[in-house]
Formats: sequence, structure tokens, C-alpha cells
Amino acid sequence: MNLLADITASQQADVTSAVLFYVFAVMSAASALGVVLSRNIVRTAVCLLFTLVGVGGLYFLLNAEFLAAVQLVVYAGGTLILIIFGVMLTSKSPFSRFEPKLVEVIIALSINLVLLIALVAGIWSTQFRKQAFEGGQYPMDKLGQALLGDFLVPFELASVLLLAVMIGAAYLAKGRRREEGESTPAVGGTSMSRRAREWS
Amino acid sequence: MAIGLNHFLILGAFLFVCGIATMMLKRNAIGILMGVELVLNAANVNLVAFNRYAHGGSTGSPLLTGQVFAVFVIVLAAAEAAVALAIFLNFYNNFSTIDVERAQNLKG
Repeated sequence: MNLLADITASQQADVTSAVLFYVFAVMSAASALGVVLSRNIVRTAVCLLFTLVGVGGLYFLLNAEFLAAVQLVVYAGGTLILIIFGVMLTSKSPFSRFEPKLVEVIIALSINLVLLIALVAGIWSTQFRKQAFEGGQYPMDKLGQALLGDFLVPFELASVLLLAVMIGAAYLAKGRRREEGESTPAVGGTSMSRRAREWS
Repeated sequence: MAIGLNHFLILGAFLFVCGIATMMLKRNAIGILMGVELVLNAANVNLVAFNRYAHGGSTGSPLLTGQVFAVFVIVLAAAEAAVALAIFLNFYNNFSTIDVERAQNLKG
């Protein structure tokens, strides 16, 4: 009786995780398709947001709670906001659109279809391990010890890289404009034509 | 039907292909950046799924290598997005467009 209850409980857990997997997978896959197909850059950004949230849910299903939180905070909260700011700062109207040519669409779709079919065929024909890691909890303290123990050098390299990126991004986004503003107060088309004269 | 490693890998492959298609089809530079983010997310799904199905060494403690790599990928993606957006802003200030077809003289 007890064994039967155990079996049904494990089956219920299986069904629950399968349903959750399909919910998150369909959500992220459909929004990834929306990223490809949408012609509007703002809609593309919103679709990307749903893809990132779905992938975060998949991390929860894979018992990677810390990574799911990092995905939601850093990706969906930080990188996507950065991208949306970029969209707002670089478009004259937020609904500007650039259409690809029909030939480009056909070439891209055929290449990607072949790639997808090859990848899926390769994955289906491979025998992977059926059983997930037993007692698969990945505690956060173990992850912190790994980051500051075995992976100390890449960790410090990443911090140096972030510092360099911060300085470089500030320089790139700001430095050139101020220099131009000092030499010629012209903006837009005139500064562009001045550049064209310099190059020719 | 129980969810196995295959399902996660196929989802990762689909996200990867969507990212490549986005990079090919968008002419807006920020759209291309979004394609890169999709590809990185696909790689992350694969890393974490393989990490879940990898059995640890003799001690029985869980392997964390895949998750640590995923954390590094997220950090690098954030850094890459910041630098790319700075370049796009600079490009937009000089040419007042973000169309990559017209970014032929980015040098200088």
C-alpha cells in the first residue's frame, strides 16, 4: 500500500514536471519564433523578454535555482533593459522597420531549416543517460565555493573584464560626441558630411 | 512520457536556430544583438541540462561545472551587450541610422 502510494506520488511528480516543462518550453520557443518573425523592434524586445523568462523557468525545473534567479535578475532585468534603452535611443520613431529582401529570407530560412533538422536528428539518434543525478540538489554554498575555489582565476578575470567593459562602454558612448561638440557644434547631417569630406 | 535530456537539447537547438535566423534576417543592429542573446541562451540551456544529467565523481557530490560555466556565459553576455550598445550609440550619433547595411565605413 505504501509502495503504491510512493509510485503514484512519483508519477504525479513526473506529470507535474512534464507539464511545467512543456509550458516553459512552448513559451520560450514561441517567443523565440516571435523574435525571428516580428518586424517591429519593440515587439522583438518583448518577445525576447518572454523567451528569457521561459528559459529561467527551465532552470528551475533543472534544479538550478541560483541560475534561474540570476537569469531573471541579470538577463530579464538588466540586459533587456539595456537593449530597450538602446532601441529607444537609436530610433527616430520607435516603430521604424527595415525589411529584409525576399532572397535573403529564402536563403536564411533554408540554411536554418537544414541546421535545425540536422541538430534534431543528431540529438534523437544519440543515446543519452536516462537517469538524472540522484538527490540532484545544487546548493548555493557549493556554487559559491566552486566559484571562489576551483574557478577562482576565471572569476577574477571576469571581474577585470567587467571593469574594462564599464570603462570602455562609457568612453565609446560619450567620448567621441564631446570631442565633436568642442570642434564643431554641428550635429546630424553636417557632421556626417564633414566626415565624408575627411575620408575622401 | 518522462522529460529527459533530449527534450532540453531539442529546445536548445530550436533556440539556437532562432537566434541564427534573427542574426541573418534583422537589419537593425539591435535586432542582431537580440539574436546573439538567443544563441547564448540556447548554449546555457544545453550547459545546465547536461549538468543536471552528469553524474558526479566518486564522492557523490553534485557536479557544478555546467552551472558555473552558465554563470560566466551570462556575465559575458551582459558585458558584450554593454559594449555593443555603446558602439551602436556612437554609430548612430555619427550616421543617424542603425541599419547595418549602411555600416560600411565603421573604421576611422
